[in-house]
Amino acid sequence: MPEPLLEVKDLRVHFPTEDGIVKAVDGVSFAIQPGETLGVVGESGSGKSVSFLTVMGLINRKSAIVEGEVLFQGQDLLNVPKEELQAIRGNKIGMIFQDPMTSLHPFYKVGDQIAETILAHEDISKKEAGARAVDMLKRVGIPRPDERARQYPHEFSGGMRQRAMIAMALSLNPDLLIADEPTTALDVTVQAQILDLIDRLQSEFNTAVALITHDLGVVAEHCDYIQVMYAGRLVEVGTADDIYYRPMMPYTWGLLKSIPLLTAQEDRLHPIRGLPPSLIHVPEGCPFNPRCPYVFDRCHVEVPQLLPVDGFHAAACHLSLDDRKRIVQEEVLQRT
Amino acid sequence: MLRYIIRRLLWVVLVLVVIVALTYSIFFLLPGGGSDAIANRFAGKQPNPEIVAEVKQQFGLDKPIYVQFYIFTRNLFLGDQYGWPGLGKSFVLRSPLKEVLIQRMWVTIQLAVGAAVIWLLVGIPIGILSALRPRSIWDRAAMTFALIGISMPVFFIGPLALYVFVYKWHILPGSGYSPIGEDGVWQWFNHFILPWCVLALLYAAFYARLSRANLLDVMGEDYMRTARAKGLNERQVIVKHGLRSSLTPLVTVFGLDLAGLLAGAVITETVFNLPGLGQYAVRSVFSLDLYAILDVTIIAAFFVTLANLVVDIVYAFLDPRVRYT
Repeated sequence: MPEPLLEVKDLRVHFPTEDGIVKAVDGVSFAIQPGETLGVVGESGSGKSVSFLTVMGLINRKSAIVEGEVLFQGQDLLNVPKEELQAIRGNKIGMIFQDPMTSLHPFYKVGDQIAETILAHEDISKKEAGARAVDMLKRVGIPRPDERARQYPHEFSGGMRQRAMIAMALSLNPDLLIADEPTTALDVTVQAQILDLIDRLQSEFNTAVALITHDLGVVAEHCDYIQVMYAGRLVEVGTADDIYYRPMMPYTWGLLKSIPLLTAQEDRLHPIRGLPPSLIHVPEGCPFNPRCPYVFDRCHVEVPQLLPVDGFHAAACHLSLDDRKRIVQEEVLQRT
Repeated sequence: MLRYIIRRLLWVVLVLVVIVALTYSIFFLLPGGGSDAIANRFAGKQPNPEIVAEVKQQFGLDKPIYVQFYIFTRNLFLGDQYGWPGLGKSFVLRSPLKEVLIQRMWVTIQLAVGAAVIWLLVGIPIGILSALRPRSIWDRAAMTFALIGISMPVFFIGPLALYVFVYKWHILPGSGYSPIGEDGVWQWFNHFILPWCVLALLYAAFYARLSRANLLDVMGEDYMRTARAKGLNERQVIVKHGLRSSLTPLVTVFGLDLAGLLAGAVITETVFNLPGLGQYAVRSVFSLDLYAILDVTIIAAFFVTLANLVVDIVYAFLDPRVRYT
């Protein structure tokens, strides 16, 4: 294997609060290779956003205890001086966020905001930066980019704003693009467009992408690898095929079953019962045990480790592999 | 844009007419008011009906109230024998009010603008520094200062300041107004510095709290995270992205505060014996000087409505989401 672009080792992000320590991310390790797409899936509060905000250094270190290593091109981002981190942000790592309505500054023109990113990293004239901003708007498929660059965010629709955010994030041809729920705030037709756009630009710019989402349906066709997070930990990792056709963890099953199918005969949804655990009082043993339909004694005592299933595929579950394979065949896959 | 301004100015005219009508009604309906009572009061120690009638005629009080109101309003907008705008004559001074009011307004303007400069320069930086270090010692000290500043009335802190700086330490000359043209800049400044600071204290405290709260709000906005994610340094993030949007709302507050003061800072002018509009307003009320009361009220209303217009126009320049409609 070549040297990974991003390697996160045993990352822990804990927020001390008056009620106790919120363990938002609790021992997460993963890697992203250059040019590949990693899907990160989990419910709200599973730690998926926090772990990538930590990679970007966007977590306030005064209010959080951060442990572990975040190696980006061999450099530990948790321990670099502020100036070096600033030189990497926006330049080598671009990031887009969930809500494009609020992620752009309402007082500045869209073109100027993109140009600002370029000017922060390259020593060129404002005019050149402006021209490049227009070019980027064109590349993300915004019609009449000249005119659009001179407009304010409120004159853009939601999908257009997300395109503008993508243009901004890719304006310096970063090695890694972190997309934090990029389509959650958009309507369904626009979602598909944005994901296709990210796909297209990824091959054009040869950028690695971390696609964070709570919707397994979204990441299916766009990701090489998928990791499922629950209560601040990884509970299953594998290729997209592994996760879709051979999932080996009850939580992943729940996520898959909760995707509504248009072809299904019944008209009920299949939510995962219960709520995500409080990150202050994570259940003893497996954090998923209160919601797991297959729970048994061991689940209450011992935290399951992420153990290999085959190849890259690994899952954290105490059920025997044979049991899990049987359940997958009988209960999970028959729906699809 | 021009149409918008014209329409808004027409509103200003309407508001002024309504204000005049209201003031008129209140004045004549109040106990001790009314044409007869006023005429009696100015008719000398032993008024007889003839003198009262003459006074009424001289003051223009002999006509029915609605005619008086009509004449006053017409003069206000079209001018009277003393020029434009027609502000009438003082019963007490028996002279046109325009010059008196202009002189007094000039004193008030110096007081209000000077204080405004101080409270902006003190209040906003304190608020910003507090917001950048929330819950730090500096923040707590600054907010304690703000709380004290907001709670200290001018009629307490004013005499206290006079006592300390003038009577006890003899650093500053006493109260009163020293025109810049007569006694020089230094005397002028020495006479104004205390009233400026005392008047500015309340506002500085208020603005410190306001700018702190606004900036803290903005620091949590998504676009601030975007600004950091772009790789901007912390100074750019705060100055260009944070301050711009957190200080813009202050424009509204500032416009109205300044306008309110331009109509007279009654207590400050009284405590420091500054012959401004506020002091004059109080005197006029006590002496039932009808037209002076009306004029001061109109000036106040005019400043406030005008400030509203200016604020709205400036705001549209600062916040592109705001448009004239």
